[in-house]
Amino acid sequence: MELSYLSILVFLPAIGAALVAFIPGLSAGVIKRMAAVASFIPLALAIALFAAFDRSPAAAGLIQFEEKLPWIGPLNAYYHLGVDGLSLPLLLLTALLGFLAVLISWKVNLRVREYFAWLLLLETSILGVFASLDLLLFFIFWEIEVIPMYFLISIWGTGRREYSATKYVIYTLFGSAFMLAGILAMFFTTGSLSMVDISQQGLGMAQSVMRPAPIFLLLIIAFAVKLPVFPLHTWLPDAHTDAPTAVSVMLAGVLIKMGGYGMIRLPLSFFPDVARQYAQFLVALAIIGVLYGAAVTMRQTDVKRMVAYSSISHMGYVLLGIFALGQVSLTGAALQMFSHGVVTGLMFALAGLIIHNIHERNLNKLGGLARQAPVMAVVFSIAGLASLGLPTTSGFAAEFLVFVGSFTSTAFPGIQVYTLLGVLGVVVTAGYILWMVQRVFYGPVKEEFNGVKDADALEKVYTFVLVAVIMLVGIYPAILTDVIRLGVSPVVGLLGG
Amino acid sequence: MNLLLLMPELVLVAFAIAVVLLDLAVSNKRSLGVISLVGIVISGGVSIALWGGSYPAIFNNMMAVDNFALFFKLLFLGVAFLIILASADYVHRMERFQGEYYAMVLLATLGAMLMAATADLISIYIALELTSISLYALVGFLKDPRSSEASLKYLLLGAISSAVLLYGMALVFGFTGETQLGAIAASIQSASLTSSPALLLGVLLMVAGFGFKIAAVPFQMWVPDVYEGAPTPITGYLSVASKAAGFAVIMRVFFTAFGAPQLSLDWGLIFAVLAVISMTIGNVAAIPQANIKRMMGYSSVAQAGYLMIGLAVMGVSPVTEVLGRSGVIFFLASYALTNIGAFIAIIAISNRVQSDLIADFAGMGKRAPLVALGLSLFLISLIGMPPAAGFMAKVYIFNAAVQHGLIWLVVIAVVNSVISAYYYLRVVRVMWFGEPVSGERVPSTASLRLALTLSALGVLFIGIAPGPVMRLAEIAARMFAF
Repeated sequence: MELSYLSILVFLPAIGAALVAFIPGLSAGVIKRMAAVASFIPLALAIALFAAFDRSPAAAGLIQFEEKLPWIGPLNAYYHLGVDGLSLPLLLLTALLGFLAVLISWKVNLRVREYFAWLLLLETSILGVFASLDLLLFFIFWEIEVIPMYFLISIWGTGRREYSATKYVIYTLFGSAFMLAGILAMFFTTGSLSMVDISQQGLGMAQSVMRPAPIFLLLIIAFAVKLPVFPLHTWLPDAHTDAPTAVSVMLAGVLIKMGGYGMIRLPLSFFPDVARQYAQFLVALAIIGVLYGAAVTMRQTDVKRMVAYSSISHMGYVLLGIFALGQVSLTGAALQMFSHGVVTGLMFALAGLIIHNIHERNLNKLGGLARQAPVMAVVFSIAGLASLGLPTTSGFAAEFLVFVGSFTSTAFPGIQVYTLLGVLGVVVTAGYILWMVQRVFYGPVKEEFNGVKDADALEKVYTFVLVAVIMLVGIYPAILTDVIRLGVSPVVGLLGG
Repeated sequence: MNLLLLMPELVLVAFAIAVVLLDLAVSNKRSLGVISLVGIVISGGVSIALWGGSYPAIFNNMMAVDNFALFFKLLFLGVAFLIILASADYVHRMERFQGEYYAMVLLATLGAMLMAATADLISIYIALELTSISLYALVGFLKDPRSSEASLKYLLLGAISSAVLLYGMALVFGFTGETQLGAIAASIQSASLTSSPALLLGVLLMVAGFGFKIAAVPFQMWVPDVYEGAPTPITGYLSVASKAAGFAVIMRVFFTAFGAPQLSLDWGLIFAVLAVISMTIGNVAAIPQANIKRMMGYSSVAQAGYLMIGLAVMGVSPVTEVLGRSGVIFFLASYALTNIGAFIAIIAISNRVQSDLIADFAGMGKRAPLVALGLSLFLISLIGMPPAAGFMAKVYIFNAAVQHGLIWLVVIAVVNSVISAYYYLRVVRVMWFGEPVSGERVPSTASLRLALTLSALGVLFIGIAPGPVMRLAEIAARMFAF
């Protein structure tokens, strides 16, 4: 019998969380080391799975490393895990950021035991979302994520943390309430909870006729809250800004990707025809998100809030890529999710470093730090350039694919106009990123920042790792797109294009 | 043979009497609790032995010994077991009447068990009164002004509701000439009474009477005051056993006696409407509550609303579908564990800080971490979030509703669940983020810890692997002797 790699990968952090939480008398240092181990093994496993993943064209649409056990008989639910080209990169990303988040949290000294327990539990729930193939299991992981998030933001956050945490929870629960209704409707229509079966056999297995459009909309709303799609985005700036650094990294890095992933996996794969009808509407929302997000980012003075708003803009590209409904655009969207995860993860890590080391988060009061903190300046600049999509960074590859894909898409007439408007967003992005880098690191050197600490050894390690990933994907995107393609092509096949 | 099948109840009667008598003789009152627990375990063992068999109805079709009844008997016994464990720390407040307290709990449980089994209007009424009268007394056991007021209020409103119920029963009897449920159904069928307005009035009055028991809006007025005034273990008992018994009776009566298609559509709609207003009003009214027992009171009103979705489903297609019934049964089992657990945790905390105010739960995450963790789990379960039992309960019952085309009802219910998150999470927030008034630990006794652990494990088990309990619920829902 084969080892259940995916189960181990998903549940190791949770086991770590339980150990950290319940073994009495652990010192803070031991807890941190345990957390590092409990999140490093999943990372190593994820890399191994990524390497072992069958990339041959024949594997398109196949689920690999599958595990399936009967779980709840009366509901026909299975404990069903597996990955394909769509979920594997995100699983890898989660494992990577999950491990780095532990390193980023190394200086946390408040209620250490609880903090790392929640952080590890958070990782398990996100890994579970990307690995599950059963709708009920997927939903459970999706919901569980809220609980650690709530505690992490409320206890270890800053600013109006309790307000932000509550807002986050209420938004998420509203979204998932709609999702639950949608999932039950799917179950009623098809008698199955298996994502694979439903998307492959479609509504052909329908036992009764329930109109697909309402179910599609229920599911879309749920994921739109998470992605987030304008106008459901207002939880994001608050939650990202007030969360502790490592949690912002997880939130921007992988949590919001659950929205994009879910959209492709559920509504798009289940209801390709309905998706076609609503494509124009959703692409329009995507472009509004891109431009509105970019415009609002311009106006921010808080370094974390700025990065947060830029996420809204960047997630607009994901939505654009998804609902351009083409092979290239969908590949771009999936790559953009990975790329944004790494880039924004890095930016939040650096924003956290700035706030921690310099005790100042207002962009107008910062300045000239390139002299005093050169390492941070260089790394931040690279992250910024990746964020605005400079060639040789991952951002370029992803955005390029999205734009080419949507420009050549046949989803609906006139998508080219939308695409061009979207490209405009890149220009604005370049503006605010460069302006931000300039305001923080360049300009006259300020006396009061003399003697601030630059990144220490540990901080160099995790920022350099992220930079390396950004460059690797930027220079050789095929390392990911070869995998993504296998996951995207069956979806495109369903869409009939 | 009849008496043999009645063994679970007879055991309980014997132990109730024994406890009262022993109370005169023994000085260590703690042993009375232990004896009660022994009685419950024996009665439960007998019930388990009877499970799965197909027995004839006993006493001239007055009582059924089917899996449905046995499931509920076990449920009530389990609840009583946990409540008595949780009371051990509490009864010292009622120095003189500990024996009576335990005996009353046993008798109330006996009444609830009979309610789940009886299949005749007369015995239903008697069983209901047995439970109610025991509970009237138990609510007033603290003998302070608030407790006495609660007891009086409960008695008066309870008496009115019993009268309404009796009037409804009288109308049904008048039109059908029968009191036995199966015979009523036959009579309705043969005399084609399904659209008779007078019979419908009788049904409506019975809904009102039972509605009081399950605390459905608009029959919930007694809930906040009684919940607040009663001794906390009894509040927990009320919120679970009394409600579950009400639902058991409703399911048997409405399904068996009023299961005719035309008629059931009518009461199905009534329950759908009651479900919507119960969950909405319960959730909205719970938000501003400062006292946790009052909040739990309104929460239990809202939970009754979710439960009634299952009844509405039964009305939609009563004959073929067991989904609605098994949905209600499974929900009740999850809810019972969850709510009892929550009340045990509340007892553990409020008994020590001498306050039921939510504000006084501040900092319990530091002062009593395990109890606070448990209470958080139960509250999350009440919201209906995984990995707790409440989530599976909602999925299961909502699924039944979607299968019958009641998706509008499900959408209202899920939105309600989100509203409820606000007030449940407020307690969690206060416990974990509030500043404690003192750094002093809040200790809890071994029996409380045991009760808390049992219910927490149960909630997690049902939440993660609900299959076995769902199957039991399905068996119970299917095996209806009438």
